Amino acid sequence: MSDTFQLDGTSVPFEAGQTVMQAALAGGRYIPHLCYHPEFKPHGSCKVCTVKINGRTMASCTMPAEAGLEVESNIEELNGLRRTLVQMLFVEGNHFCPSCEASGNCQLQATAYALQVMTPHYNQFFPDRPLDASHPDILLDFNRCILCELCVCASSEVDGKNVFGLSGRGITKHLIVNAESGLLKDTDMALTDKAMQVCPVGVILEKGKGFSVPIGERRYDQRPVSAQALDDAPRQADASGSCAVCEGSS
Amino acid sequence: MSKKLRVATTSLAGCFGCHMSLLDIDERLFPLLDLIEFDRSPLTDIKHCGPCDIGIIEGGVCNAENVHVLREFRKNCKILIAIGACAVTGGLPAQRNHLDLGSCLTEVYLTEPGLAHGHIPNDPELPLPLDKVHPLHEVVKIDYFIPGCPPSGDAIWKFLTDLIAGRTPELGHGLIKYD
Repeated sequence: MSDTFQLDGTSVPFEAGQTVMQAALAGGRYIPHLCYHPEFKPHGSCKVCTVKINGRTMASCTMPAEAGLEVESNIEELNGLRRTLVQMLFVEGNHFCPSCEASGNCQLQATAYALQVMTPHYNQFFPDRPLDASHPDILLDFNRCILCELCVCASSEVDGKNVFGLSGRGITKHLIVNAESGLLKDTDMALTDKAMQVCPVGVILEKGKGFSVPIGERRYDQRPVSAQALDDAPRQADASGSCAVCEGSS
Repeated sequence: MSKKLRVATTSLAGCFGCHMSLLDIDERLFPLLDLIEFDRSPLTDIKHCGPCDIGIIEGGVCNAENVHVLREFRKNCKILIAIGACAVTGGLPAQRNHLDLGSCLTEVYLTEPGLAHGHIPNDPELPLPLDKVHPLHEVVKIDYFIPGCPPSGDAIWKFLTDLIAGRTPELGHGLIKYD
């Protein structure tokens, strides 16, 4: 028998050690999120999954579930804040969806759709972020990076290669490649790496394969991100953040 | 029958794809034309905008003329709608924004291989390009945004019929898109 907490007024059961996010997704309830990935230890950096717990705002991906919590998520106050976070991510980078091969498969875009983001609202930064096309099989387009760190985690924890890292602080924070040259060709990154699979946007791309799925059949064309996230939930990690799927494959 | 709403449309730094998408509402143009009439628009060839209820603008702001037209629309339209990726985000023309405008023009007109005796266009009738391409909301207040490259005819129809009926326009899954 499991305990329950209240999410937007209805009960959600949870197992000991689950976070609010894990229990909600396992129970068929979607909480918007970007940097959370069911196979990795959450680090609560994007704040899109922020909920109100007993009146205080918390990242639901890192907050342990406890019996009797009163969690508010799908309320206009929080969705407004989430919209703001997503808009800031859009203007900080260069997210030109019409030419992006991740369009339709992009979690940032799909989350923005779900939050009804109709405009970037803020002034665009239009930063200058050169591509890294040095690797024979893999292209890095840093314009789209939202600093979720999933590639950093996947490369170090699953692939054991430490190909990626974040450097700088605040607005100068950016994704780097751990090679003396700073170029991907001087790492042992390979197409079979877990780090190839986890980017929620369109930074890490396989060369020679762009736009392979027609519009209308892409990941988020048929079903919104809320439905897709629930489909992904059953392969979720246990409470320690380790994952049988990843560990079996590594 | 109540008075028809007057609607103006234009394309600034756009490709007219959003106007084509407006025409993609197909036979629904007839019920739409029961509700609205066009003022300045590529569809009427009226050159300047009079007082209007709704202004619909495609394309971002990339040159001095775009700024004048956008301000004319804002001055005359009670409700201004940015339609399409370029109007909403700057879009394709804004992909030059991280580059220096001078070196862009130099490369395109002078140093690009295959150009013989090229020169940077300087006819006084040509509007001067701006240093950066801007989405509309960076220049004037915009009341509504319809993203998409272009937004589908169905999205435009849903949005306009919501707006004309006095509902808050809302695009659900499948209608809201950025590509």
